[in-house]
Amino acid sequence: MNLLRNHRLLRESGVLGLNERNADLIMRLNPRRLYPRVDDKELTKKLAGEAGMPVPALYGVIGSQSGVRRFSQIVADRESFVVKPARGSGGDGIIVIVGRSKRKRDSYRLSSGILISGAEIEHHLSNVVGGQYSLTGNPDTALIEYCVQFDPLFADISYQGVPDIRVIVYRGYPIMSMVRLPTRTSDGKANLHQGAVGAGIDISSGKTLKGVLGNSVVDEHPDTGALISGVYIPKWDFILQSSARSSDVTGLGYVGVDMVIDRDLGPLILEMNARPGLNIQIANGSGLSHRIRRIDEIFNPEDDPVTRARIARQEFSSERQGALALDTGD
Amino acid sequence: MTNRYVLVLAGILTAISLAIFMYKWQVLGLPLDASQETPTWTVETTVSFNSGPGSINVNLQIPTLTPGFATLDEYSVSRNYAFGLSYVGADRQAQWTVRRADGEQTLYYRVIVYEDPQAVQADVTPPLPIPPVVDEPFRTAVDMIVEDVSEHSADAASFTSVLLRLFNSRSPNPNVELLLAGNESRADFVQTVTTVLASARIPARLVRGIPLQERQRQVEPVPWLEIHDGDRWLYFDPATGDEGLPERFLVWWRGSQSLVQVEGGSNVSVRFAVQRNYVDSVSIAEHRAALRQSRMLDFSLFSLPIETQAVYSVLLMIPIGALIMVFMRNVVGIDTFGTFMPVLIALAFRETRLLWGVVMFSVLVALGLSIRFLLERLRLLLVPRLSAVLIVVVLLMLIISIVSHQLGMESGLSVALFPMVIIAMTIERMSVVWEERGPGDAMRAGLGSMLVAILAYLAMGMNWLEHIVVTFPELLLVVLATVLLLGRYTGYRLSELTRFQAVLGK
Repeated sequence: MNLLRNHRLLRESGVLGLNERNADLIMRLNPRRLYPRVDDKELTKKLAGEAGMPVPALYGVIGSQSGVRRFSQIVADRESFVVKPARGSGGDGIIVIVGRSKRKRDSYRLSSGILISGAEIEHHLSNVVGGQYSLTGNPDTALIEYCVQFDPLFADISYQGVPDIRVIVYRGYPIMSMVRLPTRTSDGKANLHQGAVGAGIDISSGKTLKGVLGNSVVDEHPDTGALISGVYIPKWDFILQSSARSSDVTGLGYVGVDMVIDRDLGPLILEMNARPGLNIQIANGSGLSHRIRRIDEIFNPEDDPVTRARIARQEFSSERQGALALDTGD
Repeated sequence: MTNRYVLVLAGILTAISLAIFMYKWQVLGLPLDASQETPTWTVETTVSFNSGPGSINVNLQIPTLTPGFATLDEYSVSRNYAFGLSYVGADRQAQWTVRRADGEQTLYYRVIVYEDPQAVQADVTPPLPIPPVVDEPFRTAVDMIVEDVSEHSADAASFTSVLLRLFNSRSPNPNVELLLAGNESRADFVQTVTTVLASARIPARLVRGIPLQERQRQVEPVPWLEIHDGDRWLYFDPATGDEGLPERFLVWWRGSQSLVQVEGGSNVSVRFAVQRNYVDSVSIAEHRAALRQSRMLDFSLFSLPIETQAVYSVLLMIPIGALIMVFMRNVVGIDTFGTFMPVLIALAFRETRLLWGVVMFSVLVALGLSIRFLLERLRLLLVPRLSAVLIVVVLLMLIISIVSHQLGMESGLSVALFPMVIIAMTIERMSVVWEERGPGDAMRAGLGSMLVAILAYLAMGMNWLEHIVVTFPELLLVVLATVLLLGRYTGYRLSELTRFQAVLGK
């Protein structure tokens, strides 16, 4: 009986289920031939960069075993950088170098503080190229790119890692957003599966809402104890406009855009996802269906990304949510 | 839009399926319930050999006097060969001849029998056997044994019984040992016994028959002993000396001659396949179909060779497992590894039985997983890593089989090629999930896979369901229609009702 009641309540609050997401959104709006545009980070970066979306600078690409030798040449005398597989998933195979030893330039400091040698990084690069981190086991390419500098804004509400902001974009309109805050259990990774806290962001104001850990609501960050809600995300307009461009760039009608905020460069797009998860609804305490239906009503192919971001800010406010549910509820 | 197409398609499939089903059930009278039937047994003998250059002549011993069974039908499938049946003494032979043939030849002889308690041995009483000519030192040994056994027995039956017990005793006397030396098979053993019986003037023969069980693809003929007590034929278990035939034992041929003789061919092999099926009721239905000039049953499963039928009765249950899989994943929302892994695991359980299957599977996956993590440290590439896991699983299975055999648990031996590959794949999938989404998700998906596999196994093992699916394969179209409809199910999964509870602010 309780389940039946839940069913009715979930329908009323417009919560989107996996079956509905797969059948009605992904299959309809995301043609499979476009997947490489988001699955291959090198291609994503290229497309996004061409469209004027902010991305971390690419220092170099290593696509073959013989290219691994070029590593020190690519890095030159940069103090920090990130090595990542182009087709990796779940954050596997990513190495973050935050500094170098003063005395010995061939010694690199990982984000955890451990020093590793250039030869070890080259061995890792050769594994990446060999496909160890690509799920299919196919040869991959390794990207060496700019290392995002932690913005002190999030110092209180994240533990050893850079929080990332996920924006769900439906037919070009940003409709829901959350920030994923690393915790001790998530090992500094911004991954909800691994124990990061998800906090919804009010689209209208860019202010964080309550957090969710697993399937339960939390008010404070489990490691720092700081209040999660009420943090204003900087350059919120810019974030919404950049993510709104994603559907023009990728051609996907339902896409999750992952961004980080760099201390010096502001919001940067890390990657995009053609099958974004549904936990964002829990983080926002609100369902996606009503917002999707609202976009279908007001969709205008003439709108440019800036207009779409503005419309989203008008439409999707956490304060107005109840009213919305009444407007379209059936 | 799409929904309407799917609905129409599902409707058409269901209508076609039910129409065929109703026709076969109501008009042709195929049985819904397997238990109504008196079982009939189809025994198929496959003779294969490589043809030589000249003409070919094949003689196969076939059943003639079968206590406890009556023959419903018998026929041969042999393209280009002339086929005939002939009696040779108390034996009956099937004979195939052809002037020339090329390459590998396969001949089938199929007999359909049913249990008939009225069918008794109607053989003529044989003349008293002439004492066989046996050379020394065997002569003395035989004489001493006959003398010894005679003292302990009253008639032919008890003589045989005592003799067999003597031959089977754990510490045989030297005479028996001498006679049995060099006997390799049970048939040789029975042959030796008949020699001793002949010396005691008791007519005896080696008999070989086929034990009839549910469904067997490779059956070996079992040797048995037959003696005549002057009144009628009696049967003895050569291993124990107990009188009587085993349950459901189809006597195939008598005497010491070989089962098949092929002139002009080489590499001869003979295989027996047994299947219990419902040919009895189906043949009635076939009869009816013939009267109505319906060709429906010409295309039924029962027209296939028995070995193929046995495979199909497993294959046809896979859609049922797939249906359960779809339901559990898309409606209930249980996490599993891969799409069809649980159905494959369920198939693997068929080889091992459920309880042992679950135990062995869990143990192997747990062990394999720990080894997989050890391998992880070596940072191997995907394909070599998978192969390494596979090799380790093979070795683990071997160890489990040996250990459980030592402990006297025979079920540990029930391994097959197929489950091993599935276990290796499960280990690989599980470790990938473990790394990507943590041990919690991996365990949940592992338990989910196991649960779905158990449900699929139970459903696929239901006898009445198997009977219905094998008799009415067209009903699988209904399963297809259901799966199509579930493919357009966009409602919540059961698990999501609790997963999204937090959205409701509770």
